[in-house]
Amino acid sequence: MTDATSQGGARPSGPSTRLTAADSRTKKRNASEKRFRAYGLAAIGTGLFFLVVLLTSIISNGSTAFMQTFIEVPVYLDPEALDPNGNRDPADISKVSTFGYNPLIQNAVFEQVQDKGIATDYEDAGDMKALISASAAAQLRDRVIANPDLIGETVDFQILASSRVDGYLKGRVGRDSITQDRNIDAGHLDIVDALREDGTVHKSFNFAFITGADASESRPEQAGLGVSMLGSFFMMLVVLFLALPIGVAASIYLEEFAPQNKFTDFIEVNISNLAAVPSIVFGILGLAAFIQFAHLPQSAPLVGGLTLTLMTLPTIVISTRASLKAVPPSIRDAALGVGASKMQSVFHHVLPLAMPGILTGTIIGLAQALGETAPLLLIGMVGYIATNYPEGVISGFMSPNSAMPAQIYEWAKRADPAYYERAWGGIIILLVFLLVMNVIAIVLRRKFERRW
Amino acid sequence: MPVLWLFLIVLALAAIGFIAGRMRVTSAGGKRPHSLPNYYGWNVAMKVMVPAYLALVVWLLAQPFLVNSQVVGMLGDRAVPEGSTIGLVMSDVRRVADGLDATVAQGLMTSEEANSIRTEFTDVRDRLGEAGVALGSNVSSEVLSAAQTYRTLNATGNFWMSTVVILLAVGGLAWGITQSHGSFRARNSVETGVRIILLSAAMLAILTTIGIVLSLVGNTWHFFQIYPASKFFGSFTWSPSFGGGSELGIWPLLWGTLYISIIALIVAVPIGLFAAVYLSEYAGPRMRAWAKPLLEVLAGIPTIVYGLFALLTVGPLLLSVFGRDGLGWMQAGTAVMTAGLVMGIMLIPFVSSLSDDIINSVPQSLRDGSYGLGATQSETIKQVILPAALPGIVGAVLLAASRAIGETMIVVFGAGAAARLSLNPFDAMTTVTAKIVSQLTGDADFASPEALVAFALGMTLFIITLGLNVFALYIVRKYREQYE
Repeated sequence: MTDATSQGGARPSGPSTRLTAADSRTKKRNASEKRFRAYGLAAIGTGLFFLVVLLTSIISNGSTAFMQTFIEVPVYLDPEALDPNGNRDPADISKVSTFGYNPLIQNAVFEQVQDKGIATDYEDAGDMKALISASAAAQLRDRVIANPDLIGETVDFQILASSRVDGYLKGRVGRDSITQDRNIDAGHLDIVDALREDGTVHKSFNFAFITGADASESRPEQAGLGVSMLGSFFMMLVVLFLALPIGVAASIYLEEFAPQNKFTDFIEVNISNLAAVPSIVFGILGLAAFIQFAHLPQSAPLVGGLTLTLMTLPTIVISTRASLKAVPPSIRDAALGVGASKMQSVFHHVLPLAMPGILTGTIIGLAQALGETAPLLLIGMVGYIATNYPEGVISGFMSPNSAMPAQIYEWAKRADPAYYERAWGGIIILLVFLLVMNVIAIVLRRKFERRW
Repeated sequence: MPVLWLFLIVLALAAIGFIAGRMRVTSAGGKRPHSLPNYYGWNVAMKVMVPAYLALVVWLLAQPFLVNSQVVGMLGDRAVPEGSTIGLVMSDVRRVADGLDATVAQGLMTSEEANSIRTEFTDVRDRLGEAGVALGSNVSSEVLSAAQTYRTLNATGNFWMSTVVILLAVGGLAWGITQSHGSFRARNSVETGVRIILLSAAMLAILTTIGIVLSLVGNTWHFFQIYPASKFFGSFTWSPSFGGGSELGIWPLLWGTLYISIIALIVAVPIGLFAAVYLSEYAGPRMRAWAKPLLEVLAGIPTIVYGLFALLTVGPLLLSVFGRDGLGWMQAGTAVMTAGLVMGIMLIPFVSSLSDDIINSVPQSLRDGSYGLGATQSETIKQVILPAALPGIVGAVLLAASRAIGETMIVVFGAGAAARLSLNPFDAMTTVTAKIVSQLTGDADFASPEALVAFALGMTLFIITLGLNVFALYIVRKYREQYE
């Protein structure tokens, strides 16, 4: 019997039947398997590659904004120009406008050039104007008004260099690129080169960029993000104090109390649709409802905050509901079992347990709101030069201001390479804020999250 | 009375009510009260605060509207000079009224004087100038008297608002305190109140939707009254000119939007989908743990960053390859391709995390069945998992498309400003969202068709994205139900 089976056993046709050696079809299938895996890896690689390109381009373009070129020279504060009456009366001193200070600074730089024996064709101190920022005089004036005793003395002063000089030191402006430039000549760059060698012209950390105010279009070297940072801060306060309580209340209702009916369904459909409405539509809503209809002031952080609140609310509701859902029913049952009312079980037991999750969701929602630009454009937070710090809390909410992303947009619109650098630098600051917020959210989640 | 004070007074009354209500029950003695003492306190506090604050908010919203319509009615058509609109005149009126307020506040004018001055006898502009209020032009007598009416109406309104709010608060206080005796079921009353507050918070979502629809519909209606809808939907040119006679056809904008979105999806869908397949089917837990969050960083970056990236990095890069020095297809750095590419990068994590969820929810039994028949992993994915997950993936792609259509900052920076119907992806084109921004942030008068067209564009955008979302969510939900 055994013979018969060994002889008559149906053998599969084909060249190779051994399991250890792959036949051509198996090879093909294995190759296609490998290819498929490679596609997947390549896709992830491409995604990460884009991320790396994006981040390097941000850092390489933006990090220079944190350094600024200064010209450090002794400035003689001529009493005749600054205090013609000679009585050191602050009221008289403040009557001297920046026009009185400009020649002093120009002279100081020119003297420095001559002292160092730098060969130059310029014979007039006024020619030094190209090296100096238009706002240097105002800075010197502020210093003198704050301390009138300086008049008559020679003080070392860090003069803000003009944006062309700054660009030259950072490699943004070259000798060939200034041939058409009316603001600066090659001769100026020779002076800069010479002054740079002995340390008179140097770069140092640019605190004014982080704390300062926006400047007019012609003075990128002075522009800073500080004021718009405050604008963003007040907006985030509005969002936090409105979106968190309203969002949590709405989620508690939907998750714990809402009856299963058409109306509840309608609310839920509304929320999930609002989460996907383009942000610019919220801008239109803010414009029509808060400015056109309620006549709230344009460009006010309050309006921006209200608009962003409406936009963030769905995000917060969705994440809050998820964390309420994650609290196991046994907690509720136990509370009800010892005689708590439904309301007590929710507010005394479920809500505290869900709080870490709610906070994480809120922080992520806030981070999203902080980076949002499009709605702010429509309620007028651009085209406006935020030069003054708000005077108090109320003016912080009500007086016109900008916000970080709107300020970045504004700078990018000005189409000046020096402002592009500021815009990239602003993005670095914005991303640092977002990073910090996300890290806090992750730490909170890691620390307090409970697995039931 | 300033609103802040009113707010604080009501708050103080509520605090008094809380203590009074609580004390009345605890000091009464006798039978044990129905609820815990704090509930009696809360009962009173809620009865003080809820009606008073509600009245305050409603009043604050309604008053400017009513005062405005009163003053507009009083001004009539005569007061509107040639070439101006009632809106501009009203903003003059408001400015004069605010100026009068400031002058009175600084003590430069008595309030009687502010109500009685006439342009015939006083140079109002000078007087207001003394208080640091600069007016653009001389004040006409109509505007001045309208401003005075505006002030009186507002003052009366504010007086009655304060009265009503405080009366409501005091009434609530009295009502709550008389209720506070041991047999009153304070907990039930408070809980009903809290429930109503929670419900109204949830209803804010409906209110927001209504607000969006009303603000879009109202202004779109205005727009179609001064610009024919047939031209808006029928014309193939978009050339707004602020002097009038602009042609505002929507098709070039829709085409630009569509073209950019298609390119974005061509970039994002394959990369996102393959990444999701790899992460959910092949990658080990360690790779998942770092690759997934890193990819999602792309989703957390604000769109303004992508906009700048498109304008200053990707645009010049593409220009150096396809521009005049290279292939010669591209005129400038801003183009459909630039915006589409960058938007695609932004959408990768969106597509990949949605598809990841969907692929993960395909039941394991389907995979096991396929492996049992001898299929390789890739064959299983291609022939079993992807077909099973297809509806969900289509839903994810539709959601990504709706994102792409509604995206603003990338196209504002990356796509250019010229509206054009062209097939060349290296041409500059513009989109619906970019034009909403430029029409509303420009110098156009708010009542002109050039500004109002933004609302019609917003309406179109809202309807398209809403339709896509509803459809996508329907597909995703239906697909989920299939395996639950």
